[in-house]
Amino acid sequence: MGLEKIWVFGEANGDAVATITLEMLAKAREIADTVEVFMAADGDDHAEELGDHGAETVYSTGDLDGAMQGVSVASAVAEAIDSGDVDAPEAFLLGTTQDGRDVAARLSVKLNSPVITNIVDLVVDGDDLLGSEPIFGGATDVMTKNTSDNPGIFLVRPKSFAAEPVGGAEADVEDLAVGDLGAAGAARVVATFAEESVGPKLDEANIVVSGGRGLGDSEAYSMIEDLAKAVGAAPGASRAIVDAGWVPYSYQVGQTGKVVKPTVYIACGISGATQHLVGMKGSKNIIAINKDSEAPIFAVADLGIVGDVHKVLPKLIEALSG
Amino acid sequence: MKVVVCVKQIPDPADPGALDPETNTLVRDQKLILDESDSYGVEMALQLVDTAGDGSVHLVSMAPDNQVTGLRTALAMGADSATLVSDEALKGSDALGTAKVLAAAIARSEPDLVLAATESSDGYTGTVPEMVAELLGLPSVTFAKAVAVDGGTAKVQRQTEAGYDDVECPLPAVVSVTAGVVEPRYPSFKGIMSAKSKPVDELGISDLGIDAGSVGWAGGSQEIVSVADAPTREAGEVIEDEGDAHERIVAFLDELKVL
Repeated sequence: MGLEKIWVFGEANGDAVATITLEMLAKAREIADTVEVFMAADGDDHAEELGDHGAETVYSTGDLDGAMQGVSVASAVAEAIDSGDVDAPEAFLLGTTQDGRDVAARLSVKLNSPVITNIVDLVVDGDDLLGSEPIFGGATDVMTKNTSDNPGIFLVRPKSFAAEPVGGAEADVEDLAVGDLGAAGAARVVATFAEESVGPKLDEANIVVSGGRGLGDSEAYSMIEDLAKAVGAAPGASRAIVDAGWVPYSYQVGQTGKVVKPTVYIACGISGATQHLVGMKGSKNIIAINKDSEAPIFAVADLGIVGDVHKVLPKLIEALSG
Repeated sequence: MKVVVCVKQIPDPADPGALDPETNTLVRDQKLILDESDSYGVEMALQLVDTAGDGSVHLVSMAPDNQVTGLRTALAMGADSATLVSDEALKGSDALGTAKVLAAAIARSEPDLVLAATESSDGYTGTVPEMVAELLGLPSVTFAKAVAVDGGTAKVQRQTEAGYDDVECPLPAVVSVTAGVVEPRYPSFKGIMSAKSKPVDELGISDLGIDAGSVGWAGGSQEIVSVADAPTREAGEVIEDEGDAHERIVAFLDELKVL
């Protein structure tokens, strides 16, 4: 038994469909007969890739000319359903991203339907779709269903499912018209800045080396970069040192940052707050270096080193360089 | 300039959380404190009003049992006044129910700017500010890492996956801020003393014209169907560094064949 139709919120990075979108498509295919995508982009640019991943139709607003995706997409979807132009799906899946959260929240008000958040798995139970959310840092799993008569809205965390092409035909492209948004639609993106990064991307790297407060000061973060370079890893960070301004937000691993699942995760001077564990405990192997033998990070580490990062890291970098 | 800051009072994150076995909602019967995530919005509001030269910072919060400890902390930082909505009928409210209450309370102040944290530290749905904007018919910018107000326009740096966007938004508007947007001040002794006499308007839902059937358990439309312990990850080998721990790490990486 499955659902009849699921809509997946599509996001794109330039020409490529975002990984989170492809991950959700893989799960949606498994649990619904029909999978369609709605997105704020030119659908023709992505119809081939989305079709390859199992989407039959792409409903697209076209370029928003700087308008925010949240208000634009939610309004367009609600209007298309209200007017009868499209049949409402039984559920919407959106990624836990900046724009995914915005669209989900606005849609929740428009449809008077709850948003079920931080979902890492979806299970069909009779006529219901259940979302599984880890709480208390992943110690407890909670399954939640939508009890309203309206479509359920699920915010799915990245890396919950594995993206996989199925060789589907190019998706049909349909217009999703954005009507007059009034004052609510007045915010505009006037410029876009990309922070430069070197080496592999944090959420795609085979090895991730992260630093935390235990490094002591921002200069010591260079040890993380050196170690990352020596083993071909992506450098990451705990929320504490991002908040302190040592490294940009794009380095952050955790609840409010990126979810990573590399082959090896090396946590240096990170105590292992819930906020951080949620973003990395899916790693295949975890190495932790921390002065405090009681640090929670050791409870999830395959290899724990109770020691000073300032002593261990220089020797490790030397041993691995060259 | 009139700024409203949404603040949440939460159980101390240092205490282990627990679910009520009957309702499967977070236990919140202990003393609640100001969510640290909200201290950034309060600080941002104080700085914006200071820069504007005149104005006020008003807090809006929804909490059980008329709890005000967290609000007093934000008032001690320098906020001028607060509205607290507390009502038995609000128990069990989900994000949408909460947003309805906050929106109704915010509307009474007719603010130029509404600030909130991107997400709370206990529920972290990260959806309430955007819901409030939708309910009030306002534009919104979420994930702000820098906020300035220039005349009637908010100029915001909005965090993105790759970096950030410069976003311009006419006021009134809702802006959600990330931790790190500003460095929150510590309440001074004078601030703590004066906070005790600052006005806190305590309201129930009937004062806001909200129907009890649209919030709380009655208005919520999600149901927790099961709660289970997650499979735990087994802890591995832990060793003390005797000056040669790096060799153990290299050997471990070698075994995994990732070098």
